[in-house]
Amino acid sequence: MNNPSHATATVYVPRDSAARSVGADEVAQALQHAAGAGDFALDVVRNGSRGMLWLEPLVEVVTPQGRVGYGPVTSEDVEGLLAAGMLDGADHPLRLGLVDELPWLARQNRVTFARVGVTDPLSTEDYEAHGGLAGLRAALELAPADVVAEVTASGLRGRGGAGFPAGIKWKTVLDCADELKFVCCNADEGDSGTFADRMVMEGDPFMLIEGMTIAAHAVGASEGYLYIRSEYPDAVATMRRAIGIAREHGWLGRNILGSALDFDLHVRVGAGAYICGEETSMLESLEGKRGMVRAKPPIPAIEGLFGKPTVVNNVLTLATVPVVMAEGATAYEQLGVERSRGTQVFQLGGNIAHGGIVETAFGITLRELIEEYGGGTHSGRPVRTAQVGGPLGAYLPESMFDLPMDYEAFAAAGAMVGHGGVVVFDDSVDMAAQARFAMEFCAEESCGKCTPCRVGAVRGVEVIDKIVAGTHRDENLALLEDLCDLMTEGSLCAMGGLTPLPVRSALTHFPDDFLGGRRLLDIQPVQATGPRTEGTA
Amino acid sequence: MTTSGSDVTVESVVRRVVARHRGERGALLPVLHAVQAELGHVPQEAVPVLAEELNLSRADVHGVVTFYHDFRREPAGRTTVRICRAEACQALGADQLVSYARQSGLPLGETTADGSVTVEQVFCLGNCALGPSVEANGRLYGRVGPDKLGSILNGTVSS
Repeated sequence: MNNPSHATATVYVPRDSAARSVGADEVAQALQHAAGAGDFALDVVRNGSRGMLWLEPLVEVVTPQGRVGYGPVTSEDVEGLLAAGMLDGADHPLRLGLVDELPWLARQNRVTFARVGVTDPLSTEDYEAHGGLAGLRAALELAPADVVAEVTASGLRGRGGAGFPAGIKWKTVLDCADELKFVCCNADEGDSGTFADRMVMEGDPFMLIEGMTIAAHAVGASEGYLYIRSEYPDAVATMRRAIGIAREHGWLGRNILGSALDFDLHVRVGAGAYICGEETSMLESLEGKRGMVRAKPPIPAIEGLFGKPTVVNNVLTLATVPVVMAEGATAYEQLGVERSRGTQVFQLGGNIAHGGIVETAFGITLRELIEEYGGGTHSGRPVRTAQVGGPLGAYLPESMFDLPMDYEAFAAAGAMVGHGGVVVFDDSVDMAAQARFAMEFCAEESCGKCTPCRVGAVRGVEVIDKIVAGTHRDENLALLEDLCDLMTEGSLCAMGGLTPLPVRSALTHFPDDFLGGRRLLDIQPVQATGPRTEGTA
Repeated sequence: MTTSGSDVTVESVVRRVVARHRGERGALLPVLHAVQAELGHVPQEAVPVLAEELNLSRADVHGVVTFYHDFRREPAGRTTVRICRAEACQALGADQLVSYARQSGLPLGETTADGSVTVEQVFCLGNCALGPSVEANGRLYGRVGPDKLGSILNGTVSS
């Protein structure tokens, strides 16, 4: 044995799909191979990801001092790492130090993500040892109305983007007299730049089950549906396994944890329709129909799934409920600013050096996120813009990066925090092309129910093409403005209603890209290896 | 119609799948996923059987099959490669991957003549910090450049 100070070393290698996309499975196999050959004594635990995605695969070794990290590790590095004494936390060029003390992580305030990357996602022992079930046990001691009051007092707002107070929605469902009520978790995380829901489902699935069970107790629901997009096969598999384990342990089913609560939970898989992330489309899809938006009212809290009162919340909202119940509303409410309480899980993606999950109290600025946490662009070129809040969010210029991240400040600046996704672009981006893509995406993914969205998006692509081509430019700019107004005011849901946001922000902040004033940089794409075109265009 | 090499008919597959999901509320989507998992696509002959079994009109079933991107009405190639074209991957050059595939004779949405590969676009695989991302037969790849895409398309990538 080459690791004398341990009987058997515990080594963590993430099972998160982002980590797997850059080779985590191969690293785990290489470690297991070394153990199987008898050279080293080690157990591999497949944890979630810590959210420092540029360091993935991030391998952690348990030492008396704490968990020591190495990354990013490839399978070819494993032999050398083991030989260098990785299992004792020894030095190596890939050694990062104690993971909990890495500044990127230590500066955060992890509330919802406290266990993600730390525990084995499917270990019930790990879950309870790290505070799991405390929230559900606390909730089951309370009357439903008191649970609702606690969630309301915490100031928790829907993390899916709209920001509606969770407690108020729950109270509406509680106040309905129906025998049959539902809790639906919207896990159709279709927006580019968002991956926090996926990481929760893959990295701490019992937390989401616990949150949904608390919601069921609070509103009097007996059935729950978890609607996961088909693009997330790992999340689907992990949640299905976690639900099976939860049933075996009496965390779901009849008389949950010995209480009077009966609640069961089912996973449903989407079928590749972006619009099903909209809550009423999701309900239609759950009912086995085309995912077409419903007009509101009636609101789903009163007439939701199969016409019954239904709580519809996003993954992060429901996953945050256990900690609110465990720690109390006041502890949660004291984080944050103004009417944006608690923490937000920011997701840094796109052209960024250090992408990943930053959970911190509201009020942090975009500049802190992009420059201090994100470390600038992956390409090394200057940052030109960031799109915040998904494909329906605004493109912000660098001059607006000091805006504090809270719902109201962003709304006042004509943008939205949404679900906290931040996608960074360097100066090679063509903003007219991005605006055109916003319209093209809306045309592709519109459910087709309302004309402003269905037809407006197609017209939007055409009008932007004419502006860029210089055809009757002033008339077409006026037409685009008119079209954006119409889509904003006339669409049934956020798809058509918010598509003008990226379009208008691109036009407002980067007009030269549309008007031919900015000669597009002669830049080679980041990873292209094709023949280089020398000289100027 | 029979599927290759057996006497399993579309009708028998559909009826068996529906029986398995009989107790579920609003079961059409899980049923369609299961039919596609068994047959590789949702053939036209499945529509009237589904309508009869689930007490829906043929138009309702047809409407659902055609609404969702996932459901195929024709079989795909043996390998399906999906290139993410959402904003986060665009920021890192996803369009160059699309161009590369096209130049390799694999335009989006088409299957090679020998039925080996289908290339498609997808909007977001949830790997936005490690883009550009590509998925091949259910497996996710991050930081994909044209070389790596070439290896994936040739089926030679093992890591």
